[in-house]
Amino acid sequence: MKNNQTFLLFLIFALGLLTLFINAPEFKLGKYKVGPNIILQKLHIEKPLIFREGLDLQGGVSLTFKADTKSVLKGNETAALESAKEIIERRVNLFGVSEPLVQTSKVGEDYRIIVELPGVTDVNSAISLIGSTAQLSFWERGASLSAETASTSAYPGLAAVLGAQPLKTSLSGSDLQKSSITFDQKTGQPQVQLKFSSIGAKKFADITKRNVGKPVAIVLDQEIISNPTVNEPILTGDAVISGSFTQEAAKALSTQLNAGALPLPLGILEQHVVGPTLGIDSLKKSLFAGILGFVVIVIFMVALYGRRGVVASIALTLYTLFNLSIFKLSSLTPFGITLTLAGIAGFILSIGMAVDANILIFERIKEEIKKGKSSEIATDEGFKRAWTSIRDSNVSTLITCFILYNFGTGVVRGFALVLAIGVLVSMFSAITVTRTILRYISH
Amino acid sequence: MDVIGKKKIYFLISLLVLIPGTISLFLYGLNLSIDFTGGTRFTISFSQKVNSNDTSKVRAILNKEKIKVSSIEPSGKLMFVRTEPIPQEKNIKLREEIENSYKSSNIEQFETIGPTIGREITINALKAIVIASVLIVLYITYVFRKVPPPANSLSFGVSAIIALLHDVLVVIGIFSIFGHFLGVEIDSLFVTAVLTVIGFSVHDTIVVFDRIRENLSKDRGNSFSKIVNNSILQTLTRSIHTSLTVVLVLFTLLLFGGETIRWFVIALLIGVISGTYSSIFNASPILVVWHEWRLRRKSLSNKI
Repeated sequence: MKNNQTFLLFLIFALGLLTLFINAPEFKLGKYKVGPNIILQKLHIEKPLIFREGLDLQGGVSLTFKADTKSVLKGNETAALESAKEIIERRVNLFGVSEPLVQTSKVGEDYRIIVELPGVTDVNSAISLIGSTAQLSFWERGASLSAETASTSAYPGLAAVLGAQPLKTSLSGSDLQKSSITFDQKTGQPQVQLKFSSIGAKKFADITKRNVGKPVAIVLDQEIISNPTVNEPILTGDAVISGSFTQEAAKALSTQLNAGALPLPLGILEQHVVGPTLGIDSLKKSLFAGILGFVVIVIFMVALYGRRGVVASIALTLYTLFNLSIFKLSSLTPFGITLTLAGIAGFILSIGMAVDANILIFERIKEEIKKGKSSEIATDEGFKRAWTSIRDSNVSTLITCFILYNFGTGVVRGFALVLAIGVLVSMFSAITVTRTILRYISH
Repeated sequence: MDVIGKKKIYFLISLLVLIPGTISLFLYGLNLSIDFTGGTRFTISFSQKVNSNDTSKVRAILNKEKIKVSSIEPSGKLMFVRTEPIPQEKNIKLREEIENSYKSSNIEQFETIGPTIGREITINALKAIVIASVLIVLYITYVFRKVPPPANSLSFGVSAIIALLHDVLVVIGIFSIFGHFLGVEIDSLFVTAVLTVIGFSVHDTIVVFDRIRENLSKDRGNSFSKIVNNSILQTLTRSIHTSLTVVLVLFTLLLFGGETIRWFVIALLIGVISGTYSSIFNASPILVVWHEWRLRRKSLSNKI
């Protein structure tokens, strides 16, 4: 029993130091810089430890798209949605956003994709980059082997270039390896360079072989962007689209081609833009209020419960460190916790509940002492008797959190998650930590 | 202090708080934000104080694009605009037009919520409240299943839920009044506040109930109402201390937490105070009322 206590005390002390280290800024030890992220780099873990801030705290764009699954076979919707998600992730990365979040969800019969872009404020270019379908296809004149007939009405202008029966070749955007922007050496006009994969290069070689002296149309979505006449077969797998591009248009086209085509058309359901100044302002204010609230609790507890209040304050400090560490560590896992304003409110509320556990215990100890029990026995009794009410009330809070997490949207979910973690951590900090330290003091 | 003996007075106090809010709820309903109704809201920031000229100019631009405006509110250098949902094609044009007609204007915040999403949020919020309440009744009934007679475990669950509904109604009623007279909106953050109040209310009630459970098995000599009254008194200091800590923290948030969370914090404050009151003065007295009613029915059926 006694060994157990020493072990617990040691464990609490070690956990305290560890979590302090995780949350403290980097510092210098002799000539070495020390910090959690530096250690992670040494261990070759690429993700850094960070607090993930929600858009309401750092500004940015949040978009909800509805996927049109009409064109997809029944039963394949989820797969199509997942591949759309991957493509959007690639497009978003090309956009140069630091920590984008792309999620899929199914609500009733609706398939949705939610995209969060921190730091981005130009919502319209974000929407057009993410939502465009960008289907690249190559067309030729006359009869050919691996071709399908197209309804010419869907492709205006194609008949004028390729005659009455234009044919779609099997070469498409998926055969593309890389696209980049170059400049015409004579005119200085920007143009888009295409590099095909080995299969694509073979297809392209076949097309150019059978079409020497004839035009080939390059079509993006439903629009002809270029219809060069083939001078000689191209066997290397390199092609150039030269239209009358501006530099921006050429860059946008090459970006879209690089990202690949979306398997589903997307329509926008919801959009939020939060200006960065507004976000940082809210973050600063809530942080300040949080720290102040913490100080108020410490003063209050010490004033009410004296020495025990000091112990409760230590437990509360550890509680805060543990929680912040969980938030930070979660950034290494796929289930990163994003801190939003509502999340911070949930955290502050969970502090209240953690303090309540200590108040319950201390009031009980006072009662037992009044009955004439020794301080040591009263302490044990206090913990034992307060436990059932702490357990039952915390479980009911956890039930509420569980429901909120399952039925809530965005803001509500973040709140529920943070509150639930807080309640669980408080069961350890307010009970085990306080009891161990109190026992140590009374010995 | 005799809480149980004066229970009618305490019920009356609750009614006095509940009635104005309920009337307002029936007369004016709730001032729902676009989170629930769907729509577009955006904030334009100007380099100078906004005057009525600016608001009518913005209104004219919106009217030209055939966008139905719900409200345009100037506040210092900011202008808050609420409209029906603006489709993406119009949005681009609109932004250009607004930012062109004012050189130094900037659209700070822009939100569009489609009507489907609005309906979804409302339904989900209601679902969450109902399911959470049912689960909590079941949980309390289960945890208190071993409560010694004459008490009955279902009465604990139901009393806790009545106290909970009381707190939710207090908050929603007061916010209905706020909405009508101060223009305060009910948004998804408010739903979070209500759900927190539910959690807190039950948390508080369970602590008192736990004491009643303990005393019932220890103290067989006393009457049920006497035991309940003793339990309330024994947990009173704790109830007040806990509420005080939470209220103090909420006050610092209210004073220093900034504009964005102000009404959220106020909703929590009202709910926490109501939750403490109801756990002491409503939930436990209801247990006694329930108990007495059962006794009376029993003695009646015995006579027959």
